[in-house]
Amino acid sequence: MAEPMRIRATLQGDVADVRILMRHPMETGQRKDAKGEIVPVHFIQNVVVTHNGKTVLDAQWSQAVSRDPFLGIRVKGAKAGDKIAVTWTDNRGDKRTDEATVAAAS
Amino acid sequence: MNNRRRSFLAIAGGAGALAAAGLLKPGAAQAATWNKQGFEAKAYTDAVKGLGASSLIETKDIAITAPDIAENGAVVPVAITSKIPNTQSISIIAEKNPFPLAATFDVAGGVEPYASVRLKLGQTSNVRAVVKAADGKFYTAAKEVKVTVGGCG
Repeated sequence: MAEPMRIRATLQGDVADVRILMRHPMETGQRKDAKGEIVPVHFIQNVVVTHNGKTVLDAQWSQAVSRDPFLGIRVKGAKAGDKIAVTWTDNRGDKRTDEATVAAAS
Repeated sequence: MNNRRRSFLAIAGGAGALAAAGLLKPGAAQAATWNKQGFEAKAYTDAVKGLGASSLIETKDIAITAPDIAENGAVVPVAITSKIPNTQSISIIAEKNPFPLAATFDVAGGVEPYASVRLKLGQTSNVRAVVKAADGKFYTAAKEVKVTVGGCG
């Protein structure tokens, strides 16, 4: 099972600044291991972000996204206490969903 | 031989049914289909075609934030902001990567037309943003990033 994501959502006006850090090897399929064998391609293909259950962002990725991917987005019409949930799916069908609460501006 | 063929078909059929069941899981967020044609294209022009764009309009209304020189090609921070009205999706293309199309963000759902990610760049290359507007037109802007150590190894 994949490791949890770190999600931080901070309110700026009525826009939530959401920063997500995922844990994933994001193998390109071009790297060789110590034995000289190609490491099979393994990367996140889909990322879906929901705001209080409504899908606000649907992203599709290739293996060009860096290891342990970072994603920064701004969700419109948010208020403190709203739920932001992130789900990723990789090319092997692994999935992970994590949720965070929008924090008021500090 | 015929027997083998039969069992192969049975296995293949079973896998298909499993995949279908996975897709139809109730309550799961419905993800858009992964753009196989675009993401598996090996040339920049094919990647653009894979996005469904026949022509690209150069614009200054797309801001690309990326370093001029990236010392480590494995982690290059790239942020795209689109000021084009009714932006539907933002795609990022690294022109000289083995697979140029890096990511597509469908932003029509309720986020601002902005996305920030970290990319791998194989070599010095133009990083290009392609924005699809609601009228079906595609806009683009590019920024060159010099890479000291490639990130594809």
